Amino acid sequence: MATAAQRLEKYLEAYNELLAERQEHEPVWLRQLREDGWARFSAKGFPTTHDEDWRFTNLSALARTPFRRTAKGEVRVSARDIAAYRLANAACELVFVNGYFVPELSDAGNLTKGLEVCALRRAIDCGLDVCAPGGIEQHLGQYANVERDVFAALNTALWDDGAFVRIRRGAAIEQPVHLLYVSAGAGSSLMTHPRTLIIAEEASQSTVVEDYVSVGNEPGFSNAITELVAGEGAVFSHFLVERENFASFNVSTLRTEQARSANVASHSVLLGGGLVRNNVHPILDGEGAECLINGLFVGEGRQHLDNYMLVEHASPQCNSRQYYNGILADHARGVFHGRIIVHKDAQKTDAKQTNRNLLLSDNARIDTKPQLEIYADDVKCTHGATIGQIEEEHLFYLRQRGLAKADARNLLLYAFAAECLDRMHQGTARELVESLIQARLQELAQCTANAVDPAPPSTEEEAQNWEEVG
Amino acid sequence: MALLEIQDLHASVAGHKILKGVNLAVNAGEVHSIMGPNGSGKSTLAAVLARRETYEVTQGRVLFDGKDLLDMDPEEAACEGLFLAFQYPVEIPGISNAYFLRSAMNAIRKYHGHEELDAMDFLPLYKERMKLLEMDDKLMNRSVNEGFSGGEKKRNEILQMAMLEPKLAILDETDSGLDIDALRIVAHGVNAMRSPDRAFLVITHYQRLLNYITPDFVHVLVDGKIARSGGPELALELEAKGYGWAEENEQVLPA
Repeated sequence: MATAAQRLEKYLEAYNELLAERQEHEPVWLRQLREDGWARFSAKGFPTTHDEDWRFTNLSALARTPFRRTAKGEVRVSARDIAAYRLANAACELVFVNGYFVPELSDAGNLTKGLEVCALRRAIDCGLDVCAPGGIEQHLGQYANVERDVFAALNTALWDDGAFVRIRRGAAIEQPVHLLYVSAGAGSSLMTHPRTLIIAEEASQSTVVEDYVSVGNEPGFSNAITELVAGEGAVFSHFLVERENFASFNVSTLRTEQARSANVASHSVLLGGGLVRNNVHPILDGEGAECLINGLFVGEGRQHLDNYMLVEHASPQCNSRQYYNGILADHARGVFHGRIIVHKDAQKTDAKQTNRNLLLSDNARIDTKPQLEIYADDVKCTHGATIGQIEEEHLFYLRQRGLAKADARNLLLYAFAAECLDRMHQGTARELVESLIQARLQELAQCTANAVDPAPPSTEEEAQNWEEVG
Repeated sequence: MALLEIQDLHASVAGHKILKGVNLAVNAGEVHSIMGPNGSGKSTLAAVLARRETYEVTQGRVLFDGKDLLDMDPEEAACEGLFLAFQYPVEIPGISNAYFLRSAMNAIRKYHGHEELDAMDFLPLYKERMKLLEMDDKLMNRSVNEGFSGGEKKRNEILQMAMLEPKLAILDETDSGLDIDALRIVAHGVNAMRSPDRAFLVITHYQRLLNYITPDFVHVLVDGKIARSGGPELALELEAKGYGWAEENEQVLPA
């Protein structure tokens, strides 16, 4: 058996390679970030299930696989390979293959006024007001928690490229920015560490779609970190779409810093991937900030979809809403871990958390865990979780009206998933995920329609639901 | 031939025998009322005819329009023209009334090899029928029965019936829990649907509904069997004398 040190060898190789390549280009502060990240990762290694934050997700398969960093351009992906993944009407589309920006495949010309989008590496190499107030240096690596999260540490040490998006003060960008992260195998298991920095300045309005896809069936490991800074009164929607192949590992983290009255929505739609960990970590740092954390995860086969929410209320009068729906078939496993921390000064906090799950087979499993830490005395926090099956009563009602059993099941699944769609604003991004969800559920209804008998009356477990009003 | 022909029907649910030999023939154009005390098997009969899988038929046969009904799935029976207005209509969050009903109509049309209706064909018809049931057309975009009052749910059942135009409509205690205004509206909807091609099986505990929907025949179901049959006057007699009378004076029905 390989020792922990041997397992990390590939990562050390990648780190040394990267430092050598980037030595002449990167400023000292960035080098320092990488070194700190590496020190942290190499000291801690991958977490185990003894770690409370990873109790339900076993990473040994990930830790065991010797993932390798690709060289730039090692794997070629053609426009045709990714034609199906493009987002028509996007304000701009950046395409990354195995973590490297590919300008030929991207469409970043003619940007709307007030919108700046470019590859992060290019932004730093060209010195695009990197050091200016509000520039990259001031934000990059300032929010992701390298101390606490080894994946953030690993990404900080090893990121090759990613996106830099800035929406200028007061700009309202109607169409979404599409960041397409493509994993394409090369006969061995590859890893990428995409890094995204989004700065939504004061009173701006915009949407970014981060979209993870695979070309081919080889296993890959994507470890993405996105730092989002939402200025005063900014309105921002973030979409995470995970539709990689079932052999993939994907760990992605959205870390949001919200100023006064900033309003951020995070929509996560997990449809693909083999082992997926979706971290969403907003800190509501300005009075009156609001966040909506909305998600849907759909698993089949042996997919493992883990959602870890950490919402920190750090200022008074903030409002957070978490809604996650899960649909799990076959042996799929889901996790919803919703943690809310209300800091001492965050009076009048209003936080709500709901996780609803449909299990389509006896072998599917969901672990749902609310966790509240409240240090203020005048707050309102509620949480609830349900686990159920498709109800025989509902199915019979639809069939009595003439709908075939498979169609009736599909309609009920769609209705359950649609709760998440209803929380998204109308527009290009929502249409994209709507069509992806529809296609995914159709597959699921077809592959499970014959396998599952009408479920017994649903067992609904209402988790403890409490309110604390001081 | 009768539209519905029930012969010696026995059925049980979870091992309990509920129906113990029901015989009944319903012709197109007729309205039959099935009355009976609680627990006599009225709703079981409705569920068996609608082919609910949790009910097990142990004996007998049922012909619907000449075909073996007991051989059909629920959706097949529905497509053949059998409609059940539920005693407790379910709420289905996330599916709008309009979308649900159009899907149902199109499933039935597809079964018969007809073209599907698009929203433009569907909506005017839907709105017109909503008026018949005195329903606010804002309800059409709301989720199926979600947040509806008891009366609204029952009206919604009759509205669906009016849209799907079945050959046989089974109303399972549609009157229970309705106030007199809602009862009148529901009855009006049913009466507007009466036609020589269509039959109704009106299941009720009380005679009240039959003041508004005049049946051609009344049957009294007692302990899983039809104990008495007669004309509308039987319902009045039952109302006056109670179900005990029917139980004690079981008719010998012609085979």
